[in-house]
Amino acid sequence: MSTLFDQFSFWSAFWMTIKLTLGAAVGSLILGTIVAVLRLSPVPMLRFLGTSYVNIFRNTPLTLIILASNLVLWAKLGVVMANSKSPDFFNTNNFRLAVLGLTVYHASYVCEALRSGVNTIPLGQAEAARSIGLTFGQSLKEVILPQAFRGAVVPLGNTLIALTKNTTVAVTIGVAEMAAMLAKVTEDDPGLLNQAFVLTALAFVVLTLPVGLAVSWLGKRLAVKR
Amino acid sequence: MTQPTSDGRDPLVVVSGLNKHYGDLHVLKDINLTVGRGEVVVVLGPSGSGKSTLCRTINRLETFEDGSITIDGKPLPQEGKSLAELRADVGMVFQSFNLFAHKTILDNVTLGPIKVRKMDKKKAEELAQQLLQRVGVEKQANKYPAQLSGGQQQRVAIARSLAMQPKVMLFDEPTSALDPEMINEVLDVMSGLAKEGMTMIVVTHEMGFARRAADRVVFMADGEILEDATPEEFFNNPRTDRAKDFLSKILTH
Repeated sequence: MSTLFDQFSFWSAFWMTIKLTLGAAVGSLILGTIVAVLRLSPVPMLRFLGTSYVNIFRNTPLTLIILASNLVLWAKLGVVMANSKSPDFFNTNNFRLAVLGLTVYHASYVCEALRSGVNTIPLGQAEAARSIGLTFGQSLKEVILPQAFRGAVVPLGNTLIALTKNTTVAVTIGVAEMAAMLAKVTEDDPGLLNQAFVLTALAFVVLTLPVGLAVSWLGKRLAVKR
Repeated sequence: MTQPTSDGRDPLVVVSGLNKHYGDLHVLKDINLTVGRGEVVVVLGPSGSGKSTLCRTINRLETFEDGSITIDGKPLPQEGKSLAELRADVGMVFQSFNLFAHKTILDNVTLGPIKVRKMDKKKAEELAQQLLQRVGVEKQANKYPAQLSGGQQQRVAIARSLAMQPKVMLFDEPTSALDPEMINEVLDVMSGLAKEGMTMIVVTHEMGFARRAADRVVFMADGEILEDATPEEFFNNPRTDRAKDFLSKILTH
């Protein structure tokens, strides 16, 4: 077992998975909220933009998006997300492209989770907000979104769990996370494979199980009493 | 349009030639109504007569196809910031209270003054405490709406509207969702407002309130205003058969 940790840097792969998850979680929460606001907007053009975003990215395979972030965005279009003179350029650039791809993909799910949260809010809340003179933006910020987030804790948690596991797709562009470690074990020391698979599975359970428990607890605690 | 109303008041809300459809259904038919400053107008009528729709249209929670609504001389804007500004001057109390469920009672009342009137937080809280005291729920200031009774919630909703210092207050069946023993506590607050000279348009089924507090009663049926009279005239001498029929059904028990 020690070879797994020494030779195949299990812990640094685990840490990479956590970094991908956290980066994309923050990114997709922000981008997803923006897309949700577009979809809730009274302006038809903005609604169309929001709807198109969700329909495009929710219906595209994540592998395609991650590959495209590297092969199209960087290789063909020359989008660089790290200092190209840095000795660590490829690692940093690929990591950031992977976070970008994961963000863009999961933002569509965050948007839809938030919209399901909006559906838990009675229409009268928005009417009351408007009737005291709040603008559309103020109603969203003060009344609708705070209640939508509370009503969307459980679907948002599901998205976070899915995101955690989906970080393994980053192996396709050479990010050294858990799946990349498994690939390396397969090539270099297949005898360790059983162990490596079990430990990797365990590592993901360790990451996602607390999220599931926290979400159930928070979902109840934060629910808006009506 | 700037002519004074029949009893010499300065007109505050002027609805003229208002028409509204829901699909094929003609819900408001050529409505003309002028409400003077300080006047209390009670709108009565059977369910589906369009009285709630009229109330909501004055605040533009409902759109309309033709006609015009002016408030204090300003026509109701279509949308956007100017509409929000105008709504700040028009208080609205809903049948289902609609207090912001995620905010405390105090925050419900201070939200408008702070965000719309740009009032300092401390001043807004002082104002809110005063208003909560006035409607008798100052002890509940730190609770959430779901912890209050319906009557208390509706009184908070009135305080929330008053915090905006509105020119006119609209009440859309404010007591219809309340248990019978809580109706009076809300009506008492409303009667107090009426006495203090607040301009009010009240859609209600409370005939006692209409007799006591109204300057004028407007009777609607099938989307039309059929009668517009003082409470004595309307209750003692209704002119239309529709109003006679309506009154006979509600006043006999």
